Parts: sequence; structure tokens; C-alpha cells
Amino acid sequence: MPKRDDLRRILLIGSGPIVIGQACEFDYSGTQACKALKREGYEVVLLNSNPATIMTDPDMADRTYIEPITAEVVERILDCERPDALLPTMGGQTALNVSLDMHARGLLDKYNVRLIGADADAIRKAEDRGAFKLAMANIGVATPESYLVRTRDEAAGAADAINFPAIVRPSFTMGGAGGNVAWNREEFERHVEWALLTSPVGEALIERSLIGWKEYELEVMRDARDNVVIVCSIENMDAMGVHTGDSITVAPALTLTDKEYQRMRDAAVRIIREIGVDTGGSNIQFALNPADGEMIVIEMNPRVSRSSALASKATGFPIAKIAAQLAVGYTLDELTNDITRVTKVSFEPALDYVVVKIPRFAFEKFHGSNPALTTQMKSVGEVMALGRTFKEAFQKALRSLETGRCGLTSLHGLDRHLPGDAVAPDAPERVRAALREAHPDRPWHIADALRLRVPAAEIAAATHIDPWFLDQLDELVRCEQALLAHARESASRAAATGAARPVEARDGAGAGSPPVEERWRDPGALDLLKEAKRLGFADERLGQLLDIAPEAMRTFRRDHLRQPVTFARVDTCAAEFESMTPYLYSTRGRECESRPTTRDKVVILGGGPNRIGQGIEFDYCCVHATLALRELGIETIMVNCNPETVSTDYDTADRLYFEPLTEEDVLNVMDVERPMGVVVQFGGQTPLKLALPLERAGIPILGTTPDAIDRAEDRARFSELIAELGLRQPRNGAARSDDEARAVAARIGYPVMVRPSYVLGGRAMQIVYDDDSLRRYIARQMFTAARYPLLIDEYLANAVEVDVDAVADGADVVVAGVMEHVEEAGIHSGDSACSLPPHSLDADVLDRIREQTVVLARDLRVVGLMNVQFAVRGRDVFVLEVNPRASRTVPFVSKALGVPLAKLAMKVMMGRSLRELKFTAAPATSHVAVKESVFPFVKFGNVDVLLGPEMRSTGEVMGIDRDFGWAFAKSQAAAGLSLPREGTVIMSMKDADKAGTVPVAGALQAMGFTLLATRGTASYLRERGLAVTTVNKVKEGRPHLVDAIKNREARMVVNTVGTASSQDDSLSIRREALRQNIPYFTTIQGIQAAVTAIDAMRKSPLTIKPLQAYHSG
Amino acid sequence: MNRALLALADGMTWEGRALGLTGETAGEVVFNTAMTGYQEILTDPSYAGQMVVMTCPHIGNYGLPEEDAESRRPWAEGLIVHEECRRPSNWRSDLSLHDYLTRHRVTGIAGIDTRHLTRHLRDHGSQPGVISHVDTDPGRLVEKARALPSITGRDLAGAVTCDVAYDWREGTGAWPQHHTAEGRGGAVEGRGASAAGHPTSAAATPLRVVVYDFGVKQNILRRLVDESCDVTVVPASTTAHAVRAMNPDGILLSNGPGDPQGPSYAVPHIQDLLGWRPVMGICLGHQILGLALGLSTYKLKFGHHGANHPVLDLRSGKVEITSHNHNFAVDVPAAARGGLDTPWGRFEPTHVSLNDECAEGLACAAASVLSVQYHPESSPGPHDASYLFGQFRHMMEAAHV
Repeated sequence: MPKRDDLRRILLIGSGPIVIGQACEFDYSGTQACKALKREGYEVVLLNSNPATIMTDPDMADRTYIEPITAEVVERILDCERPDALLPTMGGQTALNVSLDMHARGLLDKYNVRLIGADADAIRKAEDRGAFKLAMANIGVATPESYLVRTRDEAAGAADAINFPAIVRPSFTMGGAGGNVAWNREEFERHVEWALLTSPVGEALIERSLIGWKEYELEVMRDARDNVVIVCSIENMDAMGVHTGDSITVAPALTLTDKEYQRMRDAAVRIIREIGVDTGGSNIQFALNPADGEMIVIEMNPRVSRSSALASKATGFPIAKIAAQLAVGYTLDELTNDITRVTKVSFEPALDYVVVKIPRFAFEKFHGSNPALTTQMKSVGEVMALGRTFKEAFQKALRSLETGRCGLTSLHGLDRHLPGDAVAPDAPERVRAALREAHPDRPWHIADALRLRVPAAEIAAATHIDPWFLDQLDELVRCEQALLAHARESASRAAATGAARPVEARDGAGAGSPPVEERWRDPGALDLLKEAKRLGFADERLGQLLDIAPEAMRTFRRDHLRQPVTFARVDTCAAEFESMTPYLYSTRGRECESRPTTRDKVVILGGGPNRIGQGIEFDYCCVHATLALRELGIETIMVNCNPETVSTDYDTADRLYFEPLTEEDVLNVMDVERPMGVVVQFGGQTPLKLALPLERAGIPILGTTPDAIDRAEDRARFSELIAELGLRQPRNGAARSDDEARAVAARIGYPVMVRPSYVLGGRAMQIVYDDDSLRRYIARQMFTAARYPLLIDEYLANAVEVDVDAVADGADVVVAGVMEHVEEAGIHSGDSACSLPPHSLDADVLDRIREQTVVLARDLRVVGLMNVQFAVRGRDVFVLEVNPRASRTVPFVSKALGVPLAKLAMKVMMGRSLRELKFTAAPATSHVAVKESVFPFVKFGNVDVLLGPEMRSTGEVMGIDRDFGWAFAKSQAAAGLSLPREGTVIMSMKDADKAGTVPVAGALQAMGFTLLATRGTASYLRERGLAVTTVNKVKEGRPHLVDAIKNREARMVVNTVGTASSQDDSLSIRREALRQNIPYFTTIQGIQAAVTAIDAMRKSPLTIKPLQAYHSG
Repeated sequence: MNRALLALADGMTWEGRALGLTGETAGEVVFNTAMTGYQEILTDPSYAGQMVVMTCPHIGNYGLPEEDAESRRPWAEGLIVHEECRRPSNWRSDLSLHDYLTRHRVTGIAGIDTRHLTRHLRDHGSQPGVISHVDTDPGRLVEKARALPSITGRDLAGAVTCDVAYDWREGTGAWPQHHTAEGRGGAVEGRGASAAGHPTSAAATPLRVVVYDFGVKQNILRRLVDESCDVTVVPASTTAHAVRAMNPDGILLSNGPGDPQGPSYAVPHIQDLLGWRPVMGICLGHQILGLALGLSTYKLKFGHHGANHPVLDLRSGKVEITSHNHNFAVDVPAAARGGLDTPWGRFEPTHVSLNDECAEGLACAAASVLSVQYHPESSPGPHDASYLFGQFRHMMEAAHV
């Protein structure tokens, strides 16, 4: 069927901010959908609150609303845009929920808007667990025994019927807020309470536990003519019990017989038909009992998902794009496969390689959280790797994670262990104990268990991991041990012959140093090394095992192994047809299919896995680099390993290498491609770390030189730079011992900011108020002072922090965005809200900030992007940090100003001048954009939500409006907090903030709010003429303020704390506000901004405006 | 692991590891892109005379469950894999690929860059090859490959067909059940579907089907039993006279190996039977039917071997994902695309491959014939085309009335 011509304008809803469970995979799907629909000639209206997305670029949709994804906003859009259809399946659970809400309120009928892709009935049948179960019973597909409950009593009844362990899941939530396992009644009650609260419909599902069953997913597509294809099967290496988002997964499924797979496929086909997803993709999850093959369907997502993004990257089948085309009426047999260009998309991809996805976690950021993997997703990102075998792909995925481990390094010091060697007596027990619980390190513990020859059956019983996977890991361990045995043998032979060369060749073992060659040049040894490379061992890992410096290892491998890296294509068809699309992965094969061109070309290094501090913003910049280069007629080559991103879409860059971002893997690409240059400044720290090795290898680094980057990043050189330029930075020093630290702190004066050197994203950074807490900090960090000195900085209390993004071409500098943080300096810049333009700083200070930025950019000879962080105290301006590279705020500034900063920077890096590009000054704006951060606290039990110098936000939203008040209000709404227009506010303020609270409280009172405050705050405010009711602190008896929050008496909570002990006292206040989803503020600046926002909300109604209208002049 | 060598007639060689029975073997080398079902493939008699390259890199992972075999033994002359699994894992089998091949006297080779080999076969065509564990001299092995007879024109079906007729009574339901969740609050497999997910008809009158065994896969027989048929399998050389004497309700021309010209002795008998009783053709059976209709057949460059082939049903406009395994195809001339008049009535093309527009199906209402080039019995592969057995049954029922 050709496309529908009864539709003209289509509304597409994105997934909002990056949160755990909804990351940039929905930018990938939304971007594909936008492009596909526009190409088909439809007018696309887009709603998404996340400015860091490619989909919200102004030329992606016809009209782009960067507004909160709320029913109120959607209705306003329906009213003024009058779209013919709403496509709800591209924006994760967020879009699905708001679309269903619109339907339930009758608004879709009112505005005559059709849901396309999946209708309300299908969505409800898939999402409502009761309805789903019934539907499955209709078609004879088994579901787990389960009960839907709405009260605790009902839940208790269900528990009696099911027994423990039982799974408790809230209804209608995304994977981010999934289920929990209850092993006993106490846990059960806690989980039920949480689930009932979390579910938007106050409903929970109590389910028979299938822990230990094998878990599979099928990605299914269906068109309007009822054609169904399975795009990909995915097998979870981690069995049921670990959320699929937190599981290591592989594609295709590797341990299913054809009979089992076809039974699953048949069920999937019946399910998508019964649920009624007419046109588009769905993800269906199955559990399989490893003991007897019993199959049970777990759930279905009637939309594109994280897994469909993974499946798209794993197979080359662009699920979101095709889903969008199917939604407007095409059938699968009408659409051509982009990769082969001769076959149709109505087929099922055949893989002749193995894909491994490994999640990336951030437990270290959330003190007090338990790093156990459960049915609730906690990972913040993921990597994908491709190899001809599971082992090769798995090892590539391990090093893609960038966790400092280049392979299955031992966690128990068993890297030199051979069977028969003595080990620490408690090692086996420690290893066994570590296996019992699923946590991020499990693959490494398994490897250690295998090193100790713990029987595979025992490991399988403890981990529920299929023995097939364990056997694969065992092959890796055995290869490692064969290498070690050879090393040991040759060393003892050398010793025996008297030619005792030191086995430790680490000391400066240069290129091709004799020891390596002598020990490894015999044919047997070379065969061993070849086998290791075939199994995916990194040079670095081999070097580690064999005590050979990485450089020497690489040189030796290149000179003597004669086993070149080859690149194979992802072609959707296992080589049955020629692939016209250069989507490549490395392996060790007979022929290289990269077929590089002789065009002018540039390699762009991506950002690797999403993690806190490095996420979608950098992918946005990398994608813009490809766009800019394409405009310049230069071929673009992307190297990245993150399957969630737009950058790893096969049609973003001209050529895509899906590879780990390590020196070895990137140099392999360079060897084949020989580009004119490489872009390292757009992908965050990941590619930046490779700048020097790449430069050493003779690859031209485009833009700012690695030396300039080093001058900005190296602390000593940076201090010199600041001094030379006559600028100021906070007083600082480094210390290598307790005593030194106290001396430095005394010189600077408390409070001070402390952190170990060489940390990223504010990791372990803390504000310390006295000698005692400094000593405690040092003890807790256990930092080895000699290797990583402690850095101590003056803490600028009550300073305003300012972020600046600039573009420079070596001569001219344009200060593009100046953002004033809402929260004070000391809160990590990634966690602060900020406003563009600044909402409180005066012109003189801003001028000085701009001047200093220009001076810094000139002196560093920045070519490309630069970000500077300033602190302003009174009239003093301090330079906190200079990053001569793309920053997290680039997309926000670009959207706020309507200027594609990253694209301009890329062109500058290719030699264009800013003048040529006609970008000589930031455009003046008459609107205000506010960026707000979004946090994953709700996923981590009992973690404090107080903001600090360590970044913990996963994503951001933007509020844009004509004034700061409304822009801030929108940013809060977009982050999921609706500021109240009336009601009760609870306040509990630290002494230092009490004076500042008076005007805030006064304003709230004037607007009709009722004030409730703890004793000290209340009496302070009452003394100043405000009507305040006192409420007990938790320790002061009941009812106390947590009761008030639980009883939903409060509409907003304000709580600032100073000392560590008061933090502990008030933790329950903040956790409860979080649980109840009540707006809470933990800084005085935050509540000040909120009051301004509430005032604006009371004075004028919500208005919305597309981004294109803001920037049309 | 011992060295082994694979040589093709065009001079290419690949070095690998010995797999299965130690020795030397030869056959036409073809690649199969199915990601599951190596056991069904190995035991499919259609692979007689051929050595199969599995493009899926891991083979042997789930062992070799006996009940998944498509015949009593492997027929492929050799097996070529990237990586063989040494310790399989599945609740039904822990037999390793190496042990299975050794037991069944099949020689194979592992450690081959099967993607490279597949690309080579795709570009240069399927061709004779030799695997040897004993003679790993490339020059000699290439010479041996060159000396091999072509598969074209050989009667491989005659070599794999049964010696004497036999009855078959087992349906797909005989596969391990265990899959329902009765008594656990879960739903039970619905009515109208067998354990393997095939539609089954509510058994009424058993129909009698004679299956011409050109190398039949047992799942064809099972699917017929699912459709309430009493099945008698007869040798490829069975005469029309003998079939008529059995008085069946329908005749099925089975799949099988090689060139349809090989068993062309079956053609006059099929011509005799056409129009007498409903006929269903599958794969080689489809090709022999084509010959019977006066059409010619031709050899494809590298054939269709896989479980992901989209076939468009020209009548319904729907696409089915199907299992394929053929090197030859019926040449339906452009003039006959709209229909082909034959002494038995007008034959319509019913199915076409979306990959390469290869003719994939023919049907004749007047003579009650339906015939497809692909495998509605799947095994391995998707069950999308399973409905064709139902259509065959309906044809037989209609002919009864």
C-alpha cells in the first residue's frame, strides 16, 4: 500500500530528558522518524523537552516545541497546530503515557487527531498487565502467574498464593521504574508500597518469580497488510532476575534450537497481532525454563525501545525509520533495504557475526546505594561490540566500557595464576561469594572462578548463566593461561641457559625490544598470540599478562604476527548480497571489506558509552561535525561503540566503524582509512584521552592542539597560564599527605574543595569545612598520595557560577553563550540549573567574563570550541576551569540562540574563518532559556539528593519563554516537577540561609501560600513578621514534617543544610519529597528561582512557541 | 586439533581444523544463512551431494537433539563452520557437533572464515570442493575438486529415496511438549495449534496422501499428519499405475537434492497423475512438476539456502518469511507470468521471491495443484507458509465432494 494521503501534519513526541531507562536511543528513533516522515512529504510537529537531542535541531521537524511533555502542553499544541495524526511510539514510555492520557481525556477526539503506529487500544492491551494477560490467554501464550493489586491487603493475598520470591511491579512505567524481587514478607511490603506509589494508576502486579530462567527478546515489525517480520532475536546472558537493560545481551540468540526459536517466533507473531500494533515495531520479552524448555511471555513494548535501537545497530535494519514509514501506510515489501539496495525490508536479517551489549553503571556516584542488579534498571549507558565470535565481541565490549579494564583482568590478583599455583587461602571462597549476587563486576568474578577451576556447573548454578556462555569465558581464560605458561616456561629456559634477561620488560621496553622477540618469536608462541588476537585480546591486555609494555606489544604484533586486522561489513544478510553501506567492524579474517575511498576525509571519534558527565550532548556535537563536514564536501568517518546514539546510525556519517575507542582499535581504523585529520574535541573525555597517542602516531589532530588541551587540563600549566594572563583562580594547592593537606587548607582557609587529581565529572569531589572532616575524607578516599596527590581549592562560598561557550578560529573569538547558574558555585556545573542570558549579573561583570574568555582562547590558540567556567563573588571574577573542547552545554546554547555552534566549530577546524562563516557575534535574544538537570535518585534507595560538587544528573531539559520566571517554571515541569500555584510550603533552612529566606517566604505568603517551618526557621521568620506554623523535625516527635509530606499536606519542600550531621538528620525529608514527587529545593538560589517562576505562573497563562519562531528574528 | 584443508574447483583454498570423521570428502559447496537449525540442515536429504557452509559463526551450541533430525541420518557430504561448539548446552542434548559428525561418518572443517568463503561463492558461484584431513596439499586438493563431476544432471534423488514404501503416522505434536503452563495460572496452548505452532485441522475424515520421496524431510510428513492425513511414502521411481492402485486422496511431490533433470524418469508418471488427484509440490518436487508442465529448469548461481527469504503471495499481496534450499529453479518465461495454459488447465504463478524475483510457486485450480519452490514445512525456519498444507487438505476435501 502506498503512503496515506489523508494525513498532512503529524505530531511526534520525544522522550524528554535522559534518565535511567530512557536514554539517547529515543533521540536515535525520533530523529529517524522525523527524517523519514519529512522525506515522505509530511509536515512534522515535534515536542521534546530535551535540548541535547538531534531531533530537536530546528531543521529536523517543521515546528519544534522544546516544551515540557505534559498533557497541558500537548493539548495546547493540538489546539494551535491541529495535526492530523499523533505518532506516539517513538518517544519511549513518556510519549506513550502522555498520548494515552490525551486519549483518555477525549482530547484526541476533540481535536480529531488519529493515533498512528499503535492505537490507544493496542497500547492499553500491551501496557495494562491485566489486559495483557487476558490477551495472551486468548491466543494460548503462557504468562507468569500474577495478580493485579490496588491495595496492600490485596497484595498480601497475592503473596500467599505465589510464595517467595515474588516480583512486584508498578503498572504503566518504563523499565526505569520496573519491578523488584521480594524474598520475604518484609521486602514484599516495602516493594508493594513503592510500586503503588510509583504507578501512575496506583496499581501493582505481583508475579511469580522466574529468576534463573533464560531471557530473550524479539524485535517484531508489522505492517498494515499484516505482514510480520522478526528483525532480531536477543539473548540475555544474565538470566531472569536482572533487568534486561542491566543485562549483558547478545544477538542473535545463541543457545536456542530451531524448534525453540520458531516457537518463540510464532508466539511473537501471534502476540503482535492480538495486541493490535498495526504498523510499527514492538519488543516482546520471553523467559525459557532451561530445565524443560517451558516458555513464558514476560511483556511487550508496543513501541520502539532501547532494545530496538540495539537491534537496529546489531542488524543494520533501521527499525524506527521503517516503523515511521509503516505508520503512514507503507508495507514492508514496498520499502527497499538501504544496506543492500536491491532487497526489500520485508525479510529477517541474517547475522554472520555476534553482537554483545554490556551496560555501563555509575554506582560509585551514589554513595549508599547497593550495586546489586535486580529487576529495576540502574545502568546509565551501554556499549555494543561486534565480532565474528562471541568471545571476540565480548572482549571488544569489555574494553569499550572504559572502566580501566582492557579485558577480563582479575579482581583477586589472579592474573598470573596458573592451575596448580598456590593462591591466598581465602581466594576461592571470596570468588565464590562474589558470584552469588548479580552486580556489575560479575563477568570478572566468573573469570576468576574459572582461573581457580571452580566447576562450570557450580558457576552456572550460582549465576544462572547458561553454561554455553561460561564455556566461552573459559576458553578466554584458558588462552590467557596458555600464554602465561609459555611466558613462564621461556623465562625459566632463559634462566637455565644463563641468558637471564629480566622478565619484567616493562621498564621502557621500546619498540621491538629484544626480550619480547626472543621469548615470543618461535612458531608455537606466535600461534598462541595469533589465537589470542583472534579471541579478541587487546594488545594492552596481552602486555599486562606477559609483562610487556603496550607499545612494545603492539610493535611486536605488527611486525611479527602477520595477522592483519580486517574489517567486515554489517550487511543484514550474512553476505548473501553485496553491502552498499560501509558499516564496519574489525575482526581477524581473510579479507578486508572496508574499501576506503580516496576522497578527502575526516575521522570523528565519538563519546563511547553514556555515563554521568558524558552523554548525549557529546553525541550531538559529533553528529554536527558530520553534518558540517558533509556541507564542506568532506567524507566523514565515525568511530564509536554506543548503540543508543544518532552518531552510530549508518546514515549519519559516510562510513561507520563500530569499534571500541581505545588506542589500538582507533589506530587500526586510521591504518585503513588514512584520513586528513581526526576530530577529538567533540566526544568528551574519551577521544580527548587519545589525542596524544594519535598525534604520536602521526595522525593530524584537527583544531586546538593537544598541547593547548594539555595546558588547560594540567593543573600546574593551567595555573601558570592564569598567572601569565593576569587572571584570578581560586587559591589552591596539592598535598601528598595528611599533614601537607592540613597545611594547604590552613593557607587557603576553610571551607575548601578537595578531590583526588585525575578525576572526571567531579568524581569524589567534596567541600570540607574543618581539619576533622579533611582527615575523614582522606581516610575514606584511601588515595595513594604518592600517585594521585590530593587537590585542594579555595571554596568560593556564595559565589555565582557562570559557564561560557565560545568558538574561536585562532584569530577571532566569538563568545556565544554566557550562562548563569542558578545554584551557587560548588554545585557541579552539570547538576546546576542555568539561565541564558544571565538573570542577575550586571553588564560590567559580564563584559569582563567575555574579555577573559577571549584572552584565554587567544592565548591557547583555540581552534574550535572552548568552554570556560567562572565564579563571580561580588565583583570578583575567578576562572575555575578551561576546557578547549565541546562542552555539555553546546547543544543547549545552540538551541537557545539558534546558532549551530558545533557545526561552526567544525568548519573553523577545517580552516574556515569565523568571518567567512559570518559568525562574528552571538545573536541578541529577547527570550530566556533555562537548562535544568534531571537526576536518577529515585532509582537508588536511600541516596541523598543534596547537590554537591560530584555530578550525578543523567540528563537535562530546557525551558524557554519570554522571561526567566516562565522559563524556569517550564524547566521544572519538564523535569517532572510541577510547581504549585497555591498551597502549603514546608521550609527547613540552615542558619546561613535564614536571612535569604525572608524575602522568599514573604513572596510566597503574599501569593497566598501557607508556610510550615521547622522550629528555628519558623521563629526566625516569625520574628520578621511572617505567619509561619511550626512543624516538628523528625527527631522532635510526631507529627513531624515527614508525616506532613507523606500526608501530601505540602505542595513544595525547601530544605538547605550545612553540616554533615544535619544532612543525616534531614535525609528523610528529601527522600520523602522525592518519593512523593513533590517539588523540593535544596539551595536558597533554587527556591528563589522557584518563587520567581510561581509568580510568573500566577500572573500569566502558559504559552508555547516553536523553536523556529524564536529564531526567525 | 588437526589441520584440514578446503579446496574449491576454482583454485581457492582455506585452511582450518579437522572436524568430524577423519578423512576426505567432496561435494558441491553451498552456503546457508539460517541462524538456527544446523541439525535439520545436516539431516535434510536435499543436501546430498553438497557440502554446507554455515554462515552463522557458532555451530553446535545446543547439541543435536535426536527428535529434531529431518531424516534418519545426515546427508550433507561435508560441513564447513567458523567455530564448532565443544560443550553444547541444552536440556535436550549435550552431544557435541564433532562427536555427532564422527558417529555419523561425516567429515567437516572448522576455523574457516566462512564470510570470506560465502562472499567468494556468492561472486563466483557454487562449485565443487574437497575437504581433507589427510591431504592438505593445496595444489593436489584443488585438482581433486576440479575432477569432481558437476551436480547438474545427476540423479541424487534416486540415491536418497526410500527403498520401499512405508507409512508415516507421527505429527509435529510429537515434539517435546513441556511448553504449556497449565496449573500455574498461565494460559495453555490454544486450540488449533500444535506444539510447534502449526495450525492443525480438527480431525474429521482422514485423507490418504501418497508422498513421492525424492529425499523427503520428515517434517513434511509430520505436517501432513497434523492435517489428518494418512501418509504413505513411496520411492521416487514409483509408477503412476502403482499410485493409482493405492487410490490416495492426494499426491505430494517431495523436496530432494540436486538437479530435477536427474530424476526426470518421474516426469511421465506425474503427467499421468496430474488432474487425477490433487497434487502438492515442494522444492525438487516443484521443479519436477515444472518439467512435467513442459517448463524448463535452470541452475542458480549460488542458490537460495536460508530461513529468512521473503516470498510474496501474488494473490493476497502478503509476504511470508520462508525456509529455502534450492540450487535450481523453474524457468517461468515472461510470457507465462500471467498464466500458463497446459493440458491440465491454466497454471498461475502464485509466489515470487522478493529478493531476486525468482518464481517460487505455481497453482492450477482446474487440476487442483499447488506447488512451491520453498519449504512450507520449514524445519528449520519460520512457519509462515505452513498454511499451504491446509490448502492442500482443502483441495483434497473439495475433490472428494
